[in-house]
Amino acid sequence: MTSHLDGNALAGPLADFFSFDITTATGRCKACGTVAELARAMVYVSGAGTVVRCATCDHVLAVLVDTGERAWIDLAGVSAIEVRR
Amino acid sequence: MSGMPRPGWHVATVAATRRETPNATRIELDVDGWPGNEAGQHLDVRLTAPDGYTATRSYSIASSGEGSRVVLAVDKLPDGEVSPYLVDELRAGDRLEVHGPLGAFFIWRPAAVTDDARPVQLIAGGSGVVPLFAMAHAHAAAADPTPFRLLYSVRTPDDVYFASEWAALAAASAPLRLDLVYTRRTPDGWSAPPGRITRDALEAAAVPAAERPRVFVCGSTGFVERVADWLVELGHEPRDIRTERYGGT
Repeated sequence: MTSHLDGNALAGPLADFFSFDITTATGRCKACGTVAELARAMVYVSGAGTVVRCATCDHVLAVLVDTGERAWIDLAGVSAIEVRR
Repeated sequence: MSGMPRPGWHVATVAATRRETPNATRIELDVDGWPGNEAGQHLDVRLTAPDGYTATRSYSIASSGEGSRVVLAVDKLPDGEVSPYLVDELRAGDRLEVHGPLGAFFIWRPAAVTDDARPVQLIAGGSGVVPLFAMAHAHAAAADPTPFRLLYSVRTPDDVYFASEWAALAAASAPLRLDLVYTRRTPDGWSAPPGRITRDALEAAAVPAAERPRVFVCGSTGFVERVADWLVELGHEPRDIRTERYGGT
């Protein structure tokens, strides 16, 4: 039985979307306002796709779907992202 | 993120495999075009079946630094799609597709780079020790002055990863202090009965919160969440605790 992972596991899948490792960027949860590194989020992987949830309130931050030919991401649960240079 | 090696897809050739524990195999890879990696990073392995079906899984890297040699230590998960093949079937000369190096959050760099000399507490459950071994090894190789401690929870003495390497790390000029917890069976004459790590054992074996250690916790999801909750209860700052879950129960 496999349970959820965390945002560290997104480093590979998200390399298709961003030119740097975004797992250390902080995001603000649209539901509860918590600001945390993406690596601290909870990640649920299934055959249909990957759901990323806020570690504080469980709100869905993002959904990833990878069909092999196309990769798609919905970031509707994140209200802001901060990147440190 | 500055100075991080860029990830990419690479072809890896298996240089050697050897039994790490009764349930795990150490895999040494030569990865064409590998840019080197930080201690604690992982890579994704993609297997493709003849019919085109693919399965991708993440594995922590036990090695760090420059060069094209990458060491993994993979635990076989019952009913796993990828790990039984890697643990039981993979042979020298076989090729794998790997994506990496990955992850900038769960990494350790020498104090000379980060200018952060606070003590470091590593806490491992089972195969979660792999990225922490990379950190301990990098710490010794750099002769880094940061105090380093590892609390390692493992089922039995036979299940200890890197069993022949820990003594050398403990004797290095930048020593590692290792504390083991056995959950199912202890060595003969061990002072404590086998059992899961407790909050009291954690408090006794970890760098105290008052010293503001940086803490890295890696293991199954249940292990990581239990330990991280206790660390916060014991007064550690949540932002000083970095965790990595590998799933499992």
